[in-house]
Amino acid sequence: MIPGDFEFKQPASKDEALSMLRDGGDDARPLLGGQSLIPMMKLRMASPDILVDLRGLDDLRHISIGKSIHIGAAVTQHELIGSEELFNVCPIIRETALVIADPQIRYSGTIGGNVANGDPGNDMPALMQCLDATYILESSEGIREVKARDFYEAAYFTALQTGEIVTGIRFPKPESGHGYSYQKLKRKVGDYATAAAAVVLSLSGDNVKSASVALTNLADTPLFVEKAEDILVGSQLTLNTIRATMDAAEAIMEPVSDGRGSREYRTKMGGIMVKRAIEQAAMRADGTAKGGLFGWLKR
Amino acid sequence: MADTISEPSQSETSAERSQKLEGIGCKRKRVEDIRFTQGHGNYVDDVKLPGMLFGDFARSPYAHARIKHINKESALKVPGVLAVLTAEDLIPLNLHYMPTLAGDVQAVLAHEKVLFQNQEVAFIVARDRYAAADGVEALEVEYEELEPLLNALKALDDDAPVLRDDLAGKTEGAHGPREHHNHIFTWSAGDEAATQEAFDKADVVIEEYLAHPRVHPCPLETCGSVADMNPITGQLTLWGTFQAPHVVRTVAALITNIPEHKIRVISPDIGGGFGNKVGVYPGYVMSVVASIVLKKPVKWIEDRMENLSTTAFARDYHITAELAATKEGKVIGMRSHVFADHGAFDACADPSKYPAGMYHICTGSYDIPTAFCSVKGVYTNKAPGGVSYRCSFRVTEAVYTIERAMDLLAQKLDMDPAELRQKNLIQPEQFPYTSAFGWEYDSGDYPTAMAKTLEAVDYKKLRQQQAQMVEDFKAGTSREIMGVGLSFFTEVVGAGPSKNCDILGINMFDSCEIRVHPTGAAIARLGVKSQGQGHETTFAQILASETGLPADMITIEEGDTDTAPYGLGTYGSRSTPVAGAAAARAGRKIKHKAQLIASHLLEVHHDDLEWDVDGFAIKGMPDKRRSMKEIAWAAYNNLPKGMEPGLEAVDYYDPPNFTFPYGAYLCVLRIDVDTGVYSVDRFYALDDCGTRINPMIIEGQIHGGLTEAFAVAMGQLIDFDETGNILGASLMDFFLPTAVETPKWETDHTEVPSPHHPIGAKGVGESPHVGGVPAFSNAVNDAFRAFGGVHTHMPHTHSNIWNYARSLGMIDS
Repeated sequence: MIPGDFEFKQPASKDEALSMLRDGGDDARPLLGGQSLIPMMKLRMASPDILVDLRGLDDLRHISIGKSIHIGAAVTQHELIGSEELFNVCPIIRETALVIADPQIRYSGTIGGNVANGDPGNDMPALMQCLDATYILESSEGIREVKARDFYEAAYFTALQTGEIVTGIRFPKPESGHGYSYQKLKRKVGDYATAAAAVVLSLSGDNVKSASVALTNLADTPLFVEKAEDILVGSQLTLNTIRATMDAAEAIMEPVSDGRGSREYRTKMGGIMVKRAIEQAAMRADGTAKGGLFGWLKR
Repeated sequence: MADTISEPSQSETSAERSQKLEGIGCKRKRVEDIRFTQGHGNYVDDVKLPGMLFGDFARSPYAHARIKHINKESALKVPGVLAVLTAEDLIPLNLHYMPTLAGDVQAVLAHEKVLFQNQEVAFIVARDRYAAADGVEALEVEYEELEPLLNALKALDDDAPVLRDDLAGKTEGAHGPREHHNHIFTWSAGDEAATQEAFDKADVVIEEYLAHPRVHPCPLETCGSVADMNPITGQLTLWGTFQAPHVVRTVAALITNIPEHKIRVISPDIGGGFGNKVGVYPGYVMSVVASIVLKKPVKWIEDRMENLSTTAFARDYHITAELAATKEGKVIGMRSHVFADHGAFDACADPSKYPAGMYHICTGSYDIPTAFCSVKGVYTNKAPGGVSYRCSFRVTEAVYTIERAMDLLAQKLDMDPAELRQKNLIQPEQFPYTSAFGWEYDSGDYPTAMAKTLEAVDYKKLRQQQAQMVEDFKAGTSREIMGVGLSFFTEVVGAGPSKNCDILGINMFDSCEIRVHPTGAAIARLGVKSQGQGHETTFAQILASETGLPADMITIEEGDTDTAPYGLGTYGSRSTPVAGAAAARAGRKIKHKAQLIASHLLEVHHDDLEWDVDGFAIKGMPDKRRSMKEIAWAAYNNLPKGMEPGLEAVDYYDPPNFTFPYGAYLCVLRIDVDTGVYSVDRFYALDDCGTRINPMIIEGQIHGGLTEAFAVAMGQLIDFDETGNILGASLMDFFLPTAVETPKWETDHTEVPSPHHPIGAKGVGESPHVGGVPAFSNAVNDAFRAFGGVHTHMPHTHSNIWNYARSLGMIDS
């Protein structure tokens, strides 16, 4: 549990950080909260020669809310939880951040580190796919944008190029009155999900107007359930449509058997999390009839 | 002289003076917590000596492999690395193997073969721990993989791989003949023929396979040591995480040929032991060897993964449990066979005569006339160990066997588990009670404890609620079920009487030495070693009650073999039953001399004096008294003619019997069948530990032990894949519950003192673990009883519970 030798650099500006990363090439890694990278280094599964510390860069620490929401990469989970403005427009961020690890880790861990590392256990990537977020990637060569839904390739493999960092995240402000839920089954505080599902939906009368479903730790990347939209939008939420969504989600899951349970168990739990997240999101969405149509949800 | 110190206020009543002593029964705050809660504990990793080096192990990536070649140069090239030690370097010292507490040997550094993943292969000594870790990373070792043996139940197959080349041709083990190359011992107790007869004539029998999976005590502080061999004086000082420092000193003297008086072993503060710190580990030995070789102090500290994967595990018992009973539910026979997975070396920590510990307490709290048990120990390609994880030797396994078996019998008889237990409990008038295995249970009132428990939880109402939930589930209106788990346990602790217990030939007595200073303050030293139990608080309370000196005026010191009297250490709830008894008796010796001094001061015959809380008074004249404070002063300057000065006492106590704490526990939990997620609604724990020295510390001990019982029953598992890779050897996977997961505990007690212990105390630290594990497991199994469930194994993780529910057809798939 002792990392190898490395050089620790603290750039004064984003541009300086990007040049350090360019010069360091494959031997350099950016550091934010360190909650993924440092354990990997202690296990000597990662051995960068240079760590470029991005925590002091103020231009990565903002949360701005307009037509879309922009969050800097260095914003900590704790800061996400504490932001009332963010909670008012997109409460699922707080709900998700609150089930990440424990308070001590949330003081350090950042949203940028959480999404950029490609760790399938991390919770924010699926949420970002659910919210249809765009990652802003910067290098000394310039800026480009990649959708969260296109960013993840395999465990710890992402669209990030050498010398490139995620500097921020942008996503459309969810419709007012939307329903949401992040359902995470885990063994204990601090654990990665046995299975987790993020759901954001809105209702129009009895019908689903928009719906988005994504999954955490049920494959080597986060999973966006594309078919959920087709199944749910324009339909009523019934046992059948929810069952169809669960089936569509389970069909794309490929969890590994581990201490959390067998592949089969984790897949079934993925389905249950989807079901419970849809039910809770529907209960929270404006337009939900109390009793009546959705009475079965409260059985 | 006496008039130089102030007289105690005569207006104080005995009760007031008694309260000031903070003696037995007082909820005295833990004195050690002042330093622990402020970060001022002194643990082994806090020991820093000038010029100290750091050692780290290169470990085997394979569970079973031949070592073809070790390239020392690869690590020696790393800046800061000073030495690379391998088995070849230890052979000339005859230290490549060390004796274990179980009569086997264990490789200090792997010689020719590795037998479990993460086994110690080379010890790399460097200027600091960073360079040492770089050296470990750089060391090149060439292996040839061999077929691993992981399933203990297949260890004795004819074609099972040979693990221990070093034992080739050895047909006699420490506990009798060896029948196979992977066989360690077969041990049995009880009357096999009579038990068979009982089963033959029984109306009802049950038999079930009960796995008690491999778990780990996982103390917060991992194991470590600092060795300092002074090349000039030949004096070795060894700081380490030792639950039994004197045993370590003796073993060190025996295996190194350093004379015992030249070895000083110091256990500083210890951050939890739970059995993990009883044994002797290669790291301790290598820190000593490296200090001798390099002539500098050498530190070795495990990391978490090393702790979980190499230092002593617990359990790993494959148990069959059988009961024979009449149709009315009277148990007439009990039988159990065990396959015990000991890993690659037999390094169990048990009294030497008992290779399966006290597993033969497995008739439990019941009057069972005949019983037989046998345990077969086998080698596998896993880390050695088999320690008593927060219990007396194999007592958790034994209590699990009987308490699960009683539930299974109740189910077979279609009887309530509480009713079946009540029918079979040993009755108060039967004490002292000799069990079918020969244990002499010293005392107890079991029916009262059981009745109090059932009443406290409104047992009948719980069963009604459960029945309602079964109905709702079957009607499809709910997906939740409820379980009620009972356990009535009896422990056998306080090892122990020399007629039963020794470790490597040393009888398992314990000791206390007390010195009273002239001003009436005192220091007492004991042969045991606290790892968090609060000895500094509670032993002072025993001495306060016995000597009349306030607990606050008594320092308790343990763990330094140069100063503490010889003792066998702390594990198996033996501190209070054995060292606590020695403390009480040492206190009585002080009091005896004090009485003679008081008779001199008061100028009366000592028979005319009577003890009064904190001093002696003339019988019938309570104002004519001398306090212990006055007597202590006189002990140094005003003695009766011919009496030697000073006020000191030593007591070595060899107990006449074990003590038998008991209790009745009840767990209520609900299960969300669709996920296997459970929630513990209620856990009620009634304990009888005899005389209660500090009720607050008892409550803390019970909370801690129940938490570890919860962890074992519901989540802990040291698992391996088919090639012998250890799975989940980190706290990400190994279930160490946090305050969030831990249920709320309700504690209660009865108090039946031990008749043979000087103050009637029985020990308590391990009861909650022993009784808690079956209570949780019974609760989970009980939830499925109405759905055709019979037995599902621990750990009762979400996924295991869900799988079981599905196997019973409770989940559509």
